[in-house]
Amino acid sequence: MPGGQKPSGQKMEEQMGLLLRTGVVLACAIMLAGAVLYLVRHGGEQESYSTFRGEPAALESIKGILGEVRAGDARGIIQLSVLVLIATPVMRVVFAIFGFARQKQWIFSLVSVTVLALLSYGLFVRG
Amino acid sequence: MNIAVFCGAVFGGSLAAGFIGSLTGLGGGVVIVPLLTVGFGVNMRYAIGASLVSVIATSSGAAAAYVREGFSNVRVGMTLEMATSAGAIAGAALAARVPTSALAILLGAVLLFSAVVRVHKEQGEEEKPGGGHGLLGGTYPGPHGPIAYESKRAPLGFGIMGIAGLLSGMLGIGSGAIKVLGMDLAMGLPFKVSTTTSNFMIGVTAAASAGIYLHRGYIAPGLAMPVTLGVVAGSFAGARLLAGAKVQTLRTLFRLVIVALGVEMIYSGWKGQV
Repeated sequence: MPGGQKPSGQKMEEQMGLLLRTGVVLACAIMLAGAVLYLVRHGGEQESYSTFRGEPAALESIKGILGEVRAGDARGIIQLSVLVLIATPVMRVVFAIFGFARQKQWIFSLVSVTVLALLSYGLFVRG
Repeated sequence: MNIAVFCGAVFGGSLAAGFIGSLTGLGGGVVIVPLLTVGFGVNMRYAIGASLVSVIATSSGAAAAYVREGFSNVRVGMTLEMATSAGAIAGAALAARVPTSALAILLGAVLLFSAVVRVHKEQGEEEKPGGGHGLLGGTYPGPHGPIAYESKRAPLGFGIMGIAGLLSGMLGIGSGAIKVLGMDLAMGLPFKVSTTTSNFMIGVTAAASAGIYLHRGYIAPGLAMPVTLGVVAGSFAGARLLAGAKVQTLRTLFRLVIVALGVEMIYSGWKGQV
């Protein structure tokens, strides 16, 4: 590793890398489990993606997806892995808010808060 | 087609796209939507949703490595993410109001652009070391210790990132080529910093619109699953093989494939077949 001028910044980047990797590995593991279940249960059915109908309401919201997971639904488990994937970069932004604050880089802490606000808008406000 | 065969075929196609995309540095995400719509007859909206999910996975996976190695500029990335996320939210909102034929033509244009823009370092090209680094400058690991650089024209870079985010939100792609263009050409950041920081930003940009797509029912689990697992596995294998691989010929071939898909998307969009 290079002799960085800001060791605290470098530490933050390493932790950030670990966070991203953990999120992706976790999501892929859940997705793989959902995939096996999905193929075993529905592998013989016909696919139908040529016309857009939208997914059932239960697979479109966090609450609905968690309900499907509790019921052991394969599609719900795959959607849970999608939620973990979406949460990964969001957690990275949350992490950056505190990381920059610890380095007293207040401007960038504020920048990160702004990005988090935009992400939250996209996630929770229905357009 | 039954689901097992369909998933296997989509997984195979995505694996190849991820592998060649990461090996050539051109990115596999941009070909996923045409692969699904043209190759498998999938509706454009489902294809965009699935592509977007795979983009988050590959970007976060690759960013994890780059950010630890110290190439990505987290401050530049975070600052520009304000523009890309805002653009992505606007893009996702717009996507529902635009007919799929128009989306297809736009994607075709982006494909053609991705094929011609320079997204890899040319042979024999030297990075020019910059002066001291201001608020958005930084250092990256060079062969003889850290190399300092600065950034310029931040407002122009910010504007280009807004467009990159808009296209990402509308088309379910990472817009890596446009992000690199903004940082490398407009802001004058070193090439390695631009590409890795672009990758770092793609995940957040895609996450900004993914929630909107999820609420609208664009993300079909049975489609997002084989696409994401395929692209992730392919990119991982491609990145492993990258060291020392001679990819010039492959890159030219892949560029031709991207051009062909771009032309096909524009044609189908024009004919209203998507």
